[in-house]
This record gives sequence, structure tokens and C-alpha cells, in this order.
Amino acid sequence: MDAPDPAARDGLAGNPLVMARVVRLVVLAVGLAIAAGAWAVDPTQLSDPKLQARYVALTHELRCMQCQNESLADSPVDLAADLRREVRDLLLAGKSDEEIRNWMAARYGDFILFRPRYSLRNAWLWSAPAVLLLIGAWTGWRIVRQRTTLLPADQEPVDEDGYNR
Amino acid sequence: MNRFMLPLGIFVLLAVVLALGIRHSPEKGLIASPLLGKPAPQFSLPSLTDPVRPVRSQDLKGHWYLFNVWGTWCAECRAEHEMLLQVRRAGVVPLIGLDWKDDDAQAREWLQQLGDPYQSIAVDRSGRTAIDWGVYGAPETFLVSPQGIVVYKHIGALTEEVWTRQILPRVTGSPATRS
Repeated sequence: MDAPDPAARDGLAGNPLVMARVVRLVVLAVGLAIAAGAWAVDPTQLSDPKLQARYVALTHELRCMQCQNESLADSPVDLAADLRREVRDLLLAGKSDEEIRNWMAARYGDFILFRPRYSLRNAWLWSAPAVLLLIGAWTGWRIVRQRTTLLPADQEPVDEDGYNR
Repeated sequence: MNRFMLPLGIFVLLAVVLALGIRHSPEKGLIASPLLGKPAPQFSLPSLTDPVRPVRSQDLKGHWYLFNVWGTWCAECRAEHEMLLQVRRAGVVPLIGLDWKDDDAQAREWLQQLGDPYQSIAVDRSGRTAIDWGVYGAPETFLVSPQGIVVYKHIGALTEEVWTRQILPRVTGSPATRS
């Protein structure tokens, strides 16, 4: 390396050039963070902070049916804006979160819920991990038991190759 | 022999489950409507063509109708328009349009240029009625029975095949003979 790094020589804080660069970066980062608000998809602000919190939570767990992998909160399409309006109106009408989820599911099906619900139809899917774990535990237990019963019957030492002669 | 029974059994079970999954999985991107088998949502909206009489769902009871959601901003709607005109000419089941989040003047111009296949057209400026019907992309077409029950839903442009295989047999009450 031909040019020595000034920061390495003088220490970060001591060098005015480096400090200026840091300040510039911080100003840029703060500016971008503020500007991001202007780009937000959803400008809705409810006067009651409790309702606003529920509004934000709900719009994040409901699917935009048009883009399908985006939530209502993140989607810029028209339909998502309409559905956000419905969420807001239902909240202002005093509906509970569950009532709003049901309202959406009655129109668009359970697919609109990012958080799948437990139902008889998908019960087998919900219980599959537990069932598989039990099968695995049972199999493991059987193998271990089989081997332990073999042990007392076989007192012959094992030679270096690992084969029992 | 016995050693292989358990793995084989598990394999067969898995194959059956996956095969069922593949058979029953809807076409990619299409979501079955929870409205099927349920009463059609109520609505009362201004008419696009008749300034005096609104289009009301209760007036539609007692006979079959096709509820077609469209808009001039929707390219697929233009593609299916010829088929809609054909349905009108067939005269088997009336088409009720829902002009979804559209500009009235543009919509009227569209009908003047391409022809009007609808018996009446409801104007849904706010998009609320479309949401009640669970619409997420135009064009969508619902078949509603005389009892007011949604019996079939088609997403995307209406085609000859959908008409002859899905809609006509349901309305005439006979199995599809033509293909």
C-alpha cells in the first residue's frame, strides 16, 4: 500500500477529515430515515393510539389478495388500500380483532390470514410435527432397547478391526 | 419381509397424501371462494345506464344471473368482452355487470365502442361491493341461482369452454353434452 491510511495513523476521532466523513454519513442516514416516512404505503393514523396499534397489527397479518405475498400494510395496490379502509372502519365501529379476521375470511377465505387458524380440516397438519417426533422417539427407544438386550449375550471382546470373530 | 413393511407403509402413506394434495390443489393463483354455496352478498348501487333505477340484488332473485366484475382499466376484460356479447346473444342467462372502481364516462364509452352485453350495470365506485363478493382481480364472474345462492365462480376472462362446461350445464340443469 502506497498511501498510508490517515485513520490508522492518527486514530479515528483525532482526524478532522474522518470526523467530517462520519458526520456526513450520520446526516445522510437520519435524512433517509425521515424520508422513508414519506414513502410509506399507508399514511393512516387513528387518533386513539390503542386502535392505531391494533390497526397496524391487523394490516400486517392480513394478506393482500392481489399480490399475495405482501401484507395489506405493505401493498401499494388499490385493493389493499380499500381493505385497509375496511379494517379502519371496522375498528372504529368497535369490532374486535377476531371479528375483523372473520369478516375478511368470510369474503376472501382463510387464505387472507397470514396466521393460519386451527381447524378440523388442517388439524392433521398442526399435529404432524408432534406425531412425527413421537414416532422418532419410539423408534429410537426400540433400537436402544434391542441393542441393550444384545449386550449381555455377547461377552466376546471385539478385536481391533471392529469385527466380532 | 417384516423389516420392509414399516418403511414401505410409510412410503405408501406419504405418496397417497402427496397425490391427494396435487389432485386437489387449485390452479396456481386461484383461490376458492368461501362464497360458493352461500347466499350472494346484498347490494344496492346506482346504475351506469339508468339514472333513475338503482341496481339492487333483491330485484335479481327468482332467476339465474351471471354477476360479472369488470372495469375499463382491466385488459383481460377487453379480452373477454366478445364472449360476454356471445352470452347475451345466447339469451340463456342475463349478465349483471359490476363496474369496479371505474370512471363512468369511460365505462359508457367502452360499452358504446364494444357493445353492451349487460342487462344492467351496477357502479361500485368505493369498491365495497366488490370486497363483499371477495373480488381480488377483474374480471371475475359469479353464477347465482334463482334462490340467490352463489353456485360457481370463475376468475379471469370468461371463455367458451367455461361457458359450455361450467355455466350452461348448471343453468339448464343437464350435464354437459357438448365439449
